[in-house]
Amino acid sequence: MATDAEIEVISDETMVINLGPQHPSTHGVLRVRLTLDGERVVGAEPVIGYLHTGFEKSAETLTYQQCNTLTDRLDYLAPMTNNLAYVLAVEKLMRLEVPKRAQYIRVLFSELTRIASHLVWLGTHVMDLGAMSLFFYCMREREVILDLIEAASGVRMNPSYFRVGGLAYDLPQGFHEKVRDFLKDFPRWMLAYKNLVDDNPIMNERLKGISILGREACYQYGVTGPCLRATGLALDLRKAEPYCYYDEFDFDVPTRTECDAFARFWVRFDEMYESAKIVEQVIEKITPQGEYATRDRKVSLPPREEIYGNMEALIHQFKLVTTGFPVPAGESYQGVEGPRGEMGFYVASDGGPKPYRWRARTPSFYNLQTMPILAKGGLVADVITAIGSIDIMLGDVDK
Amino acid sequence: MKLADPDVIERLQGKFPSVKAAEAVDQPTVVVGRDELIAVAEHLKSVEGYAMFNDVLVVDWFPTRPRFEVVYQVFHPEKIARFRFKSYVGENETIPSMVGVWAGANWTEREAFDLFGVVFEGHPNLTRIYLPDDWEGHPLRKDYPTGGNRID
Repeated sequence: MATDAEIEVISDETMVINLGPQHPSTHGVLRVRLTLDGERVVGAEPVIGYLHTGFEKSAETLTYQQCNTLTDRLDYLAPMTNNLAYVLAVEKLMRLEVPKRAQYIRVLFSELTRIASHLVWLGTHVMDLGAMSLFFYCMREREVILDLIEAASGVRMNPSYFRVGGLAYDLPQGFHEKVRDFLKDFPRWMLAYKNLVDDNPIMNERLKGISILGREACYQYGVTGPCLRATGLALDLRKAEPYCYYDEFDFDVPTRTECDAFARFWVRFDEMYESAKIVEQVIEKITPQGEYATRDRKVSLPPREEIYGNMEALIHQFKLVTTGFPVPAGESYQGVEGPRGEMGFYVASDGGPKPYRWRARTPSFYNLQTMPILAKGGLVADVITAIGSIDIMLGDVDK
Repeated sequence: MKLADPDVIERLQGKFPSVKAAEAVDQPTVVVGRDELIAVAEHLKSVEGYAMFNDVLVVDWFPTRPRFEVVYQVFHPEKIARFRFKSYVGENETIPSMVGVWAGANWTEREAFDLFGVVFEGHPNLTRIYLPDDWEGHPLRKDYPTGGNRID
């Protein structure tokens, strides 16, 4: 039998184990190298790059309009906000005016995307904590939003619906009714979710006081979005630096002050109500018929019927399809409030039709960097909570 | 362009005469010499209040010399102001690491090292972050070959 002194020596030893990359609760191919002292986490180092696709290099070989398809694939749960950040950055560089109706439709889809993304987060996060059924409900309801996205853009995922200069297509007939139907059902879903998670003793036990991330750490690491708002700071780019006429809408920025996983959970949960509030307001502002892209034919494609009868339109179409449009030399950055935080694009142009440098500032990358702070001192099970509570998306981390 | 903090460049130039204003469409931008980079960053963070780290990125202006433009973006959480400062570094030169000022620069600098080969002096762990450790070359450089694999 070991003596007390020997046990003392043994307990000094730490063990290094890998969490992932093939682990269902790491939300993708994330590997965390955990240093454990028994069940306690002494160190946690994320190892990333398993999903690195080299989007930034690919973008340099594509025209500005084609690059849009890459933005979808970064954070594939929130493609519309990625599109938005990118097209706004290019439009800023070109000083391009986009019709107000197109901007409203962009707002509509950004908020629908936010709800869809938060639904996936809610389902998977709660499943990580041990509750199975909520995941199925969330996925079922997310499908309603994906149907709306499909109705407008033709596809469920990776829609590339926003284009530089406006939108790819106009809204289909009867779209407004579909959105209103969604808004009618939405409070009922939310109530059902709330009944399952609110004041649930297991949820509270797993979330309260776990993986604390203070405001100073958020500043240091560039952590944005719900994680920052869970430290009591109401910093939301939709309010702080309004783009796409967000200042015309009435909504609140939910905050919490506890800085823990519980606070981040409820900030995200409450954000869904606010997004629905915006959808409710914006759908009334969108006219069923109207402009959906700029009339500047140097940027946006002429309508099909014009091409058949008008030489100039044919030339524009040919130029846009074969070489794309040039963007004035310079650099611009645009950040938008994505579901995970500040989604930003930095675009540097040398005056040609392809971006010279295309940089995605993806929020998950910055949020994940705080993993050692979140996990340290907790139990192994709390690492799972931490990963879920910062809501990372590995496509977003690895680019 | 409406600026939340319009005279930050003048204040900065009063303190650091070598700081040059640069043109940009969206936010105040300056060019800083490499030797003053850390001092300017410290000043921006603790005196001006640009407490929030936003991004570090590199642009390769090959074949211009110096080749790499290292761009730092910071955010003022109270004034809701953005600020961008950049510095230039050549191919066989090093640039001081920003990790001592903003800890969040750690991964972005590793990324810049991985994809561009820019060496950040004083970085605690300057290793590849995305690519395998035995990868040859730095893919985001403009002289890195694009296209498929050669088949003999």
